[in-house]
Amino acid sequence: MDDFDYVAEILKGSPLAMARVMTWLENEDERARSCMEKIYPHTGNAYVLGITGSPGTGKSTLTDGVTWQLRNKELTVGIVAVDPSSPFTGGALLGDRIRMTRHSADPGVFMRSMATRGYLGGLAQFTRGAVKVLDAGGKDFVIIETVGVGQDEVDVMRVADTTCVVLVPGLGDVIQSMKAGIMEIADIYVINKYDRPGADQLFAEVQFRVDQDASIKDRAWVPPVIATVAVEGKGEDDLLEAITAHRTYLEQSGRLLEKRRNRINEETLQMIHHELFRIIRERLTKDSRIEQMVEEIMNHKLNPYNVVEKVVNEWLPASRLK
Amino acid sequence: MFDAKELEKIKAGKKKWSEGTLAKTLSKTPEKKVKTTWSGIPVETLYTPAEIAGLDYESKLGYPGEYPYTRGVQPNMFRGRFWTMRQYAGFGSAKETNARYRYLLGQGQTGLSVAFHLPTQAGYDSDHPLSMGEVGKVGAAIDHIGDMRILFDQIPLDKVTTSMTVNAAATVLLAMYLSVAQEQGASWDKVGGTIQNDVLKEIICRGQYIYPPKPTMRLTVDLIEFCQKNVPTWNTISISGYHIRESGSTAAQEIAFTIADGIAYAEACAARGIPVDSFAPRLSFFFNAFTDVLEEVAKFRAARRVWAKIMKDRFKAKDPRSMMLRYHVQTGGVTLTAQQPLNNIVRVALQTLATVLGGNQSLHTNSYDEALCLPTQGAVTVALRTQQIVAEESGACVTVDPLAGSYYVEYLTDKIEAEVEDYIKKIDAMGGTLTAIEQGYIQKEIQNSAYLFQKSIDSGERAYVGVNKYIMEEPPVTDLLRVDMKVGEEKAAELKQWRAKRDKAAWQKALDKLREVSKTDANVMPAVIEAVKAGATVGEVCDVWREIFGQYRPKEFIS
Amino acid sequence: MAEKKIKIIVAKPGLDGHDRGAKLLSRIFAEAGMEVVYTGLRQTPEMIVEAALQEDADVVGLSSLSGVHNYFFPKVVELLKAKKLSNVLVVGGGIIPLEDIPTLKKAGIAEIFGPGTPTDTIVGFIKANVKSK
Repeated sequence: MDDFDYVAEILKGSPLAMARVMTWLENEDERARSCMEKIYPHTGNAYVLGITGSPGTGKSTLTDGVTWQLRNKELTVGIVAVDPSSPFTGGALLGDRIRMTRHSADPGVFMRSMATRGYLGGLAQFTRGAVKVLDAGGKDFVIIETVGVGQDEVDVMRVADTTCVVLVPGLGDVIQSMKAGIMEIADIYVINKYDRPGADQLFAEVQFRVDQDASIKDRAWVPPVIATVAVEGKGEDDLLEAITAHRTYLEQSGRLLEKRRNRINEETLQMIHHELFRIIRERLTKDSRIEQMVEEIMNHKLNPYNVVEKVVNEWLPASRLK
Repeated sequence: MFDAKELEKIKAGKKKWSEGTLAKTLSKTPEKKVKTTWSGIPVETLYTPAEIAGLDYESKLGYPGEYPYTRGVQPNMFRGRFWTMRQYAGFGSAKETNARYRYLLGQGQTGLSVAFHLPTQAGYDSDHPLSMGEVGKVGAAIDHIGDMRILFDQIPLDKVTTSMTVNAAATVLLAMYLSVAQEQGASWDKVGGTIQNDVLKEIICRGQYIYPPKPTMRLTVDLIEFCQKNVPTWNTISISGYHIRESGSTAAQEIAFTIADGIAYAEACAARGIPVDSFAPRLSFFFNAFTDVLEEVAKFRAARRVWAKIMKDRFKAKDPRSMMLRYHVQTGGVTLTAQQPLNNIVRVALQTLATVLGGNQSLHTNSYDEALCLPTQGAVTVALRTQQIVAEESGACVTVDPLAGSYYVEYLTDKIEAEVEDYIKKIDAMGGTLTAIEQGYIQKEIQNSAYLFQKSIDSGERAYVGVNKYIMEEPPVTDLLRVDMKVGEEKAAELKQWRAKRDKAAWQKALDKLREVSKTDANVMPAVIEAVKAGATVGEVCDVWREIFGQYRPKEFIS
Repeated sequence: MAEKKIKIIVAKPGLDGHDRGAKLLSRIFAEAGMEVVYTGLRQTPEMIVEAALQEDADVVGLSSLSGVHNYFFPKVVELLKAKKLSNVLVVGGGIIPLEDIPTLKKAGIAEIFGPGTPTDTIVGFIKANVKSK
């Protein structure tokens, strides 16, 4: 398939091309770079939706429902579902596709499951890449679905234009989520499994925090709280309405452009960081220099501070740092 | 069961034996690595009265036919009548299956058990796109009442009892069966049999679901309620642990999760306002039998005791029949090996013995070639003969519950009972069976046991004859039973004719009526009967409900 | 370049609900370091191939216990080819008579694993036969 023009094919929306370039991104395969560069001018059209919540909150069922709603409006959808890799075996069970079965024969939906692998803070970068591929492939909406644990995942959510945080009664995860900083990134709260006991209470609790927050910060957008029973498809239309309202707000207030500008800023810095880190790590590991340095630090001949200075100066002369 | 002084003596004696006689032997020849039951319950070298010191005979064992039914639900068990020998069968067209039934009845089988092909079980007609390749494969292709007529041609439905394995679409198939019985002139109070109707285990592990849990449970209870009033001796549900065990559970989990399902059904019936003693006597169960004979016997005894207690204490049943756990058994399909298939005859024989010593009501024995294909007639005959040999020659049937009082079996019975009760407590704490299923708790527990078992086989820690030990080269088995792909084409053509021939107005009216009734709280059964009589197919009836109830979107849990 | 992972689709074609083997192997594959996409039940060949396409799978593992393998397995291979995915390794398992295996292999199924196959054998076969992309 050497004569296959991946860029042209992606722009035509070819699933084969999109899927393969995503694999290259996952593998940090160098073939990804030139493709990404060429498709970049064709990105920025898709609206990016993030759905996050603890395991067992029904994220994939909600994603499935939102996708269904969007398809009914004849909008095309790309989905990136991220699941954790096992730190012990490196393998992963990617189970989100099961909930999306009804879309699996629909050419208007492209779904990709991805494992977190061991990216050193690169998960967000990699997700951004996948989103761009889907965006360039012509998807009207791109949905990113992740488990909201850890900074890595919070970073991933910054890729989204609208972020939905999913909570369910009985998991006691409101406090947990607050601690993880996930409540701060919510544009919409979803209380899923609303038929369960404790749902009204949870709703009131979240609503209370939202009101409190709004009065302190004087926010122009006050996150709505939406009740859903995703397995029965209940509340999905309300959710889509809230998403649309948030989008309208972002567009009309100019916040969307601001958000995207910030994102480019952050992304560019991160990419530079990632690339420099990659190069330096590669060089340091290639001739075992890092091991020597570690030995010397262990023996107190060197310390990490002067090592850093030394390494950075080696590739970036001090004169240029000023 | 033993006096305190006697027990002290035994304990001291065992200690002495263990440190002396046993220790001497162990120092010379160490024991094997695996010292557990097949399900993994740790087993000691020797059991004595000391290990069952707390066992109170009168309250825990009692007498057969009396609470808590540990020793059996009938007072004299097989001294009067053997269990019903009921071979699950069905393949190809209704006509081919009818021929197999008549053969089996001719060979001394005493009840029928219908295997429907998967499209019928999943509520699709044979010409639906999802039925491609499946028509007649693992059961008979039954699309409409015409097929049902052929299936039971020349079989008197007031004389033979029939078991039907169908769950989410149970109401439709029972409606067809009852209508055919009527046509034969059999009155419904003479019609006996069982319909599986257990939708929860379809969601847990068997996969033949159609609707979400709530509406599908409503259909289940509609059927139970209808039969309670109109078909008094019909067993309205067969709460099944068989498939739970097949999916990898342990013996104790099989009982625990089946009884948890049973509790959910009983609660649903009670919520409908049916008095417990009206529905509970018609609840029946369905279990598996593996090759570890003594563990299985203990499992069955424990199951009876747990269920009796639950019905009496939790559901306040007064009628003794409500407390009796009556069950069908099928020998363990998953225990059969594709390697050296004749060995399976021995496995099935041991499983049959375990079943009978455990005190069953009916039994299906698997054919030795089932790890390879659908059973051939010769293999089915051996399977049926296995039951007959155990019944007539083994001596296992001449007295009731012959293993009672075995220190080991009583110990295991208590152990399994405790494990079951522990699971029930956990599930109650979670908010009940439906929640436990929804959260994937039950599924994950089963999968984890399946995983541990596989690991023990892969590592060779546990020996499996022909699989990881005593392996030999063998030629491929030929002469397997095959279902021709043509069955699908023929059935599709037949369906087309069926739809063209029926009275369109009557058919439309019946389906409209069904739709109306289904939207209310009223029992759907009368309308289903009218619809199938008017020629509505399984797929058409199920589509009406798909439209109203939606479809179950599976939640799969892999742990 | 980051370490490559084997991505495998585990699928149950048709209406068969026996998924003990499929789920068990999903877990075993993940433990062997693979990234496993389990599709769930009731998959048509089209759905399975669409999953393989979007996930850019290296391997498709099919499980059938209801006697439909002779129809479904070759159909999956055929559709994979039509989608230019002939590099995908297709393996199968379940209740499959030995005498069917030569025909299935001829149709492009790389290997069939019957009941009782040690899981190491399956993992080993996949690792040895997966093609690079």
